[in-house]
Amino acid sequence: MSKKSSEKLINKNDVRVDGRKLNELRPVKLEVGVLANADGSAYIEQGKNKILAAVYGPKELHPKHLALPDRALLHCRYHMAPFSVQERKSPAPSRREIELSKVIREALEPSIFAEYYPRTSIDVFIEVLQADGGTRCAGITVASLALADAGIPMRDLVSACAAGKVEGHLVLDLTDTEDKAGEADMPLAFMPNFNAITLLQMDGKLTSDEFEQAVNMAVEGCKHVYALQKEALKAKYVVKEAVEE
Amino acid sequence: MTIPAMVVRVRQKRIAELISHGKRLDERGLNEYRNIQLEVGVIERAEGSARIRLGKTEVMVGVKLETGEPFPDVPNEGVLTVNAELVPLASPTFEPGPPDENSIELARIVDRGIRESKAIATEKLCVKPQKKVFVVFVDVYVLNHDGNLIDASAMAALAALLNTKMFNYEVKNDEIQVEPGYTQLPVVNHPIAVTFAKINDKIVVDPWLEEEQVMDARITMTMDKDGKVCAVQKGGYGYFSKEQILEAAKIAKEKSEELRKIVMKS
Repeated sequence: MSKKSSEKLINKNDVRVDGRKLNELRPVKLEVGVLANADGSAYIEQGKNKILAAVYGPKELHPKHLALPDRALLHCRYHMAPFSVQERKSPAPSRREIELSKVIREALEPSIFAEYYPRTSIDVFIEVLQADGGTRCAGITVASLALADAGIPMRDLVSACAAGKVEGHLVLDLTDTEDKAGEADMPLAFMPNFNAITLLQMDGKLTSDEFEQAVNMAVEGCKHVYALQKEALKAKYVVKEAVEE
Repeated sequence: MTIPAMVVRVRQKRIAELISHGKRLDERGLNEYRNIQLEVGVIERAEGSARIRLGKTEVMVGVKLETGEPFPDVPNEGVLTVNAELVPLASPTFEPGPPDENSIELARIVDRGIRESKAIATEKLCVKPQKKVFVVFVDVYVLNHDGNLIDASAMAALAALLNTKMFNYEVKNDEIQVEPGYTQLPVVNHPIAVTFAKINDKIVVDPWLEEEQVMDARITMTMDKDGKVCAVQKGGYGYFSKEQILEAAKIAKEKSEELRKIVMKS
């Protein structure tokens, strides 16, 4: 929690260093169907974050004794490339990555009809190519698109976005610098059509009122992300229709 | 289906039914914790220790202090390391081996509560900037798993930290010389984790094992001594509505005060 860059991240007019308003997302670019081998794939750029997601399955599960008799086993791996951060990250999975893989899996699970594919596995791979804060949220957003691209039946898309507190202000979608200098960071994943929060984590300090406001702000951010996800899915199919005509 | 498996199914159905009527199989209220017994100083070799019984859940926490190098970005601060072991003797479902995702998650939730509430005044644990600081090892040892390991571990960890004594020392030629006597580890905040399970669309505190087996999802809110939220973690395959999350935050604030009194008394 270094405060070297204090009083610089948000100016008097509530404008952040990168020119965003307090409740504004970073520019998001989404693309569906980017990898040839995967059953479904997607790519996201959110600010400087660059993340690829691929889905394989439903497919036969090995070893077989892990298979669930009534539904598919969702397997999820969140992984950061060694070159994705300032100081090289060892490619071996860290404790953080193991925890995030678990919470991301639990964030995606409510959205899929796993019961349609008993005894199989659905594998979700999230590779962070470049990280700048909020990678678990961007990872969930892009993985949900990859699941849809793989044709897995889904109740809803999962959209994710963080809210947090920086220099006393509640802000949306924190960059790495804002997260490190800030007072709190709260990633949240949401299924908009079910009012369902499927991931919620927080670290830092928030009063009860701030917590409530931050939840509301993150939910609104997720709704915005949701609109972008739908556009990205449509974009893929519109192109195909145009070719057919 | 074997007979024991059927009994489990019937009990699980009953647990879920009762909760939708505002009752629990073990006759607790929805916002009521199991009986808590907390002892501190149970391991003389450790600088601090505690053993908690939360119903039938038992967790021991030992604190060890060593010297080590600080992190380069905070060269004047001591280091906190939390580890959790789901020891095989604690449950038929725990297996020996390196920490799995469950024990890593448990350790990281406990860690986040202590770290984010700034419970330990780490700036007082510096021996020589950039070179030598104290490293506080908090080892969570689960002895009997009957649900809600998170709250039990977090309470025991706080109790163990409050129980931790540092030997007095002087620094001579960059080396530590032990002096007679002890001082308390500087613990300046008291984070308390409150975990909820969502069962049949209702939220209940302190789920025991059978409730954890039927729950859709769980959420942990860690509150600091000023009633601020300092860590949150949702787990499990289900989800919460926004209203349930905000309700949980409200209950967590009240419950954490009650639990904190128990820890501070020990």
